[in-house]
Amino acid sequence: MSSELIGVWIGAFLTLGIFSFLYKDNPFYKFSEALFVGVSAGYWFVVTFWQYFLPKLIDNLVLAYTVLTSQGRVDYHWVYLLGGGLGVLMLLRLFPTVGWLSRWSLAFIVGTTAGLQFTRYLESNGIKQVQGTILPLIVGGSLNTTVGNIVIVVGTFCGLIYFFFSKEHKGAFGGAARVGVWFLMITFGALFGYTVMSRMSLLIGRMDYLFQIWLGLY
Amino acid sequence: MQKKSHRCSRVVLAVFLLLLLLLLSVGVPNAQQEETTAVPEDTSAQAPAPPTNVKAYDTPNDNGHSITVTWTLSADDGAGRKNVVSYEVLRSASPDGEFELRGMAPAGENIFEDKGAKEKSDANYFPPHKDFYYKVRARSDGRYSESTVSAPAFAYGQWYHKGKTPVVVAVLLFSTFCLVFITVARKGKKLYIRPLAGIEAVDEAIGRATEMGKPILYILGLGSADMIATIASFIILGRVAKKTAEYQTPILIPCNDPIVMAVAQETVRAAYLEAGRPDHYKEENIFYLTSMQFAYVAGVNGIMLREKPATNFYLGKFYAESLLLAETGSLAGSIQISGTDEIAQIPFFVAATDYTLIGEELYAASAYLGREPVLLGTLKGQDWGKAAVMIALLLGALAATFHFQFFLNLFTVKL
Repeated sequence: MSSELIGVWIGAFLTLGIFSFLYKDNPFYKFSEALFVGVSAGYWFVVTFWQYFLPKLIDNLVLAYTVLTSQGRVDYHWVYLLGGGLGVLMLLRLFPTVGWLSRWSLAFIVGTTAGLQFTRYLESNGIKQVQGTILPLIVGGSLNTTVGNIVIVVGTFCGLIYFFFSKEHKGAFGGAARVGVWFLMITFGALFGYTVMSRMSLLIGRMDYLFQIWLGLY
Repeated sequence: MQKKSHRCSRVVLAVFLLLLLLLLSVGVPNAQQEETTAVPEDTSAQAPAPPTNVKAYDTPNDNGHSITVTWTLSADDGAGRKNVVSYEVLRSASPDGEFELRGMAPAGENIFEDKGAKEKSDANYFPPHKDFYYKVRARSDGRYSESTVSAPAFAYGQWYHKGKTPVVVAVLLFSTFCLVFITVARKGKKLYIRPLAGIEAVDEAIGRATEMGKPILYILGLGSADMIATIASFIILGRVAKKTAEYQTPILIPCNDPIVMAVAQETVRAAYLEAGRPDHYKEENIFYLTSMQFAYVAGVNGIMLREKPATNFYLGKFYAESLLLAETGSLAGSIQISGTDEIAQIPFFVAATDYTLIGEELYAASAYLGREPVLLGTLKGQDWGKAAVMIALLLGALAATFHFQFFLNLFTVKL
């Protein structure tokens, strides 16, 4: 029995183990789940080590040291020491007496990224959206485009009204908010159908594995 | 007789037309052939006319590692047998030195950005503040001609990206709104916020768990700690954890990311401290499962079926796992509150959970739960920001309809 065949059988066994969850929680599922979680956690550790820790930190520090020793000048790669230092502080969580130092790293991560994301989100989710929604309401010679543009502008306008939190949704304002909800729900309905279809392709892939690769039925 | 002569004339006309068509169909290629043979053979060996007016200048709004080169197209670009296929841009550190190829532009294009790396260790490092000379080569099939050398240009970085002025204006406007309303809220003015079903259900859900003597499961999603949805979820977690501390209800938080886990531990620890019950905090209830999406789902689903939590919170960034989690929670009989800004996943949460916070409602939830002046003021400021967007939208649509280009340019962000 070749190692490939053994792999196929193990894959099929574990696939069926996960599928058995559809019946109820059972030892077969528990085994597959524990194996899946454990193996994936180990796999991610290895990925993190080889794709992040080594190339991002160690390689850059080695490069910085090489520049310093060969050219006698400080290289900007030394800035990676800051990242390494913050990483060491995170590891201090393992020691209860000095574990509080890890909060500095956490504060740095959450604080700086929140600040960076603020402008990025405002640009991509705010200004770019406004830019994309500013459309002519009348397009000569194209009824389809005219109707499409009006739907986009009205839908966005009413959708924004729905997300007003500091004003009561009453009267004309409430009516516009309800129109906004309709737009949202129609969008969600379309997205639901679209996403379900893409999930079906995942299921088909698994079925294909079981019936073709494992059982060789076709 | 008349009919017969008519028929005869028609036949003659048809034959004449047929002959004419035949002549034309045979004659056209012949004419082309004659034209081809009339051209002297050595014409194809001639190079195209060179590009002229080559200019090099620092690329605006960048970090100083790029020079933009422009030129006037070759006279043979777009027509003729010496048709230009592409332009090659060459660079040298001195006008008489050896020029190296930096890149190509297709025919019809008269601009090229010579961009390099900012790292000195990179082979393609582009040094700033150093003079470079450029020339452009027009290439046709196997032949080329070169322009004269450009005046020197050097790259330098800009502190301010002029193309992003709309972002600066938006940041200032939005921040001003928030600061004004935070000040108003701090002065004691009551700010109205409309009720949200998903938020009002939080207390009820925690109470239910307490009555049933079962834990609460809080899922922060698959996002990393730098995502806005995850940060919003941390703030809500703080409020929820404070309540669970007061009610002495256990809270389970399986995490997908080690950093998220660490932040969640700190958040819950602080909440228990604030509630005056630090002794009830259990760090082992906030644990790392795995970073792999579906393995994480398998693990969480197992927890749902074995621990039977009374309430499940799904707040944060979710992807394909949203429906798998929500369906299992529904099977386990838990009351479920969800919220995400991932548009493709909201429909699944709407379909499978009891309450859903849609998009920005997730960001607003922390203000609802805390009712602190800072958060309420921010919420009000956000609403004013939205009002500004709506005004811009309407004016912009009118401007686009009546072709007021100046107004439209105000919103153009250049990368």
